[in-house]
Amino acid sequence: MAKPLGQLHEEKVFKDPVHRYIHVRDELIWKLIGTREFQRLRRVRQLGTTYLTFHGAEHSRFSHSLGVYEITRRIMDIFHGRDQWDDSERLLVLSAALLHDVGHGPFSHSFEKVFGVDHEEFSRDIITGDTEVNSILRLMGDDFPHKVADVIAKTYPNKLVVSLISSQIDADRMDYLLRDAYFTGVSYGNFDIERILRVMRPTEDGVVIKSSGMHAVEDYIMSRYQMYWQVYFHPVTRSAEVILSRILHRAKELYEDGYVFRESLTHFESLFKGNISLEDYIRLDEGVMQHYFLLWQDERDEILSDLCRRFMNRKLFKYVDMVSISDIHELYKLFEEAGLNPKYYLIMDSSSDLPYDFYRPGEKEERLPINLLKPNGEIRELSRESDVVEAISGKRRTDHKLYFPSELIEAMDDENVKQKIKNILYK
Amino acid sequence: MFDDHLKIMTMLKEAGEVVGRKKLQKMVFIAKKLSFPFQEKYQFHFYGPYSEELTLRIEELCNLGFLQEEKEKVSGYSQYRYMLNEEGDKMASSFGKEIPGLGQCVRSMNEQPSRFLELVSTIMYFDKLTKEQVIEKVHIVKAKLKYSDEEIQEAFSYIESLMQMKN
Repeated sequence: MAKPLGQLHEEKVFKDPVHRYIHVRDELIWKLIGTREFQRLRRVRQLGTTYLTFHGAEHSRFSHSLGVYEITRRIMDIFHGRDQWDDSERLLVLSAALLHDVGHGPFSHSFEKVFGVDHEEFSRDIITGDTEVNSILRLMGDDFPHKVADVIAKTYPNKLVVSLISSQIDADRMDYLLRDAYFTGVSYGNFDIERILRVMRPTEDGVVIKSSGMHAVEDYIMSRYQMYWQVYFHPVTRSAEVILSRILHRAKELYEDGYVFRESLTHFESLFKGNISLEDYIRLDEGVMQHYFLLWQDERDEILSDLCRRFMNRKLFKYVDMVSISDIHELYKLFEEAGLNPKYYLIMDSSSDLPYDFYRPGEKEERLPINLLKPNGEIRELSRESDVVEAISGKRRTDHKLYFPSELIEAMDDENVKQKIKNILYK
Repeated sequence: MFDDHLKIMTMLKEAGEVVGRKKLQKMVFIAKKLSFPFQEKYQFHFYGPYSEELTLRIEELCNLGFLQEEKEKVSGYSQYRYMLNEEGDKMASSFGKEIPGLGQCVRSMNEQPSRFLELVSTIMYFDKLTKEQVIEKVHIVKAKLKYSDEEIQEAFSYIESLMQMKN
């Protein structure tokens, strides 16, 4: 029988720009970090194409995952000894925190949309399938990997455990806001995490915040709001994302049409066929994807090569705020008339196409809000107590942009069509 | 282009009016599980499958002036009522594509209480498990709602009937 995992003889530490140090005392966590599936996260950027807008945003899902683990570890220390907290869940929560993003693919947002795959399913498969991660987790018991997968999928019976990793104020969000602010170089993503951690309290249904910490939470909500508009919804990043998703669509379409690529599609073939295995998936990372994009710059297909050159050399699409639907249909016709395929060169992108959310109290039983614990034991939803949060909750949260290659429009031969297009786009 | 928005509009046109965000969330999820072409990404939340993407899309449709949202107070909480307005109706008729079989399923779901749709969607969320495992899972993740065995059986039968309706 395998030796059960305990504590390391000496604590290990990782230097981290956001939390200063990440402390590892448990043998289980140390071994999980060393697995090939977890190491792969070094090769998947946390913010996808954002580095084309904010050049510092090259940080990986590896460093974010360590950050989420570290925040959760600190919360465990704060909860230790409290009535509602069961310390026997500690390693389960820490493992789930560390592995919550392990199934993310390269440029995962566009990737998942185009290929219809779900990183959460791959996370579960990596945790419960024939992998190094699974072999380590099983040392804690045969059902331990399934418990970890259930926590990440939010289907674990202990709601408090789930809420630490996934709720409106969880370790995941707190780390990515701080980390993304740090690496993008913006000054508005910061908030007082030490204060928030100190006022977190465990309850049966999840974490609540002592009302004395409300102002620190307000700051967190403000940071989240500003990061969404200034970083996550940035129109230039979205332009890169639009081009990336069109590249994947085009390559897939060409493959399905029997087009013969100059180079073998070893890493993409099962993906295009819709039967990608776990092993194939684990082998994909952003280095592999960009290798293909480099090669495809020289493909015979003009659309694919043009899109790849745009992505690799940051020749992105221009954008305007969305015009009316009837105008978009008119533009579609004009693009076709000018020989520019609108499926690849006229793209509408909405905020709902992005994987980020704002804080919203919502309607009863829609999703769990942030709850404050008053001195008399009463629980109150945050926006009912905070004027600042209430003000933000009612703000516009949607945005639509229309993306197009302005220089190809300028180069159109038919002056009449060109002018009609410009009249609609720039009115 | 705008296709996913139009699908939601088509659904609302078929439904006429949907009362409650939770209900709308579950209806789209169930329709997606029945293989109707909805693309919204769902995750399991405290109250069952939930899509932030759908929440935002609905908000976008309201902001674009195609969808009417009415807020009402029900026992201290806000409840929302959704229906296409005149513009939205025109839009759905002009540009929306018919989704065969959707109308009947949507109208049937719209007649069910939210509590029941929450159960149905939870069962469908765990569709990779065996029936016994699903029942066990429902009792674990929905312990507070205390679904009876009869309700669970009824939900399984309802899923069957939706599948037949679809075909």
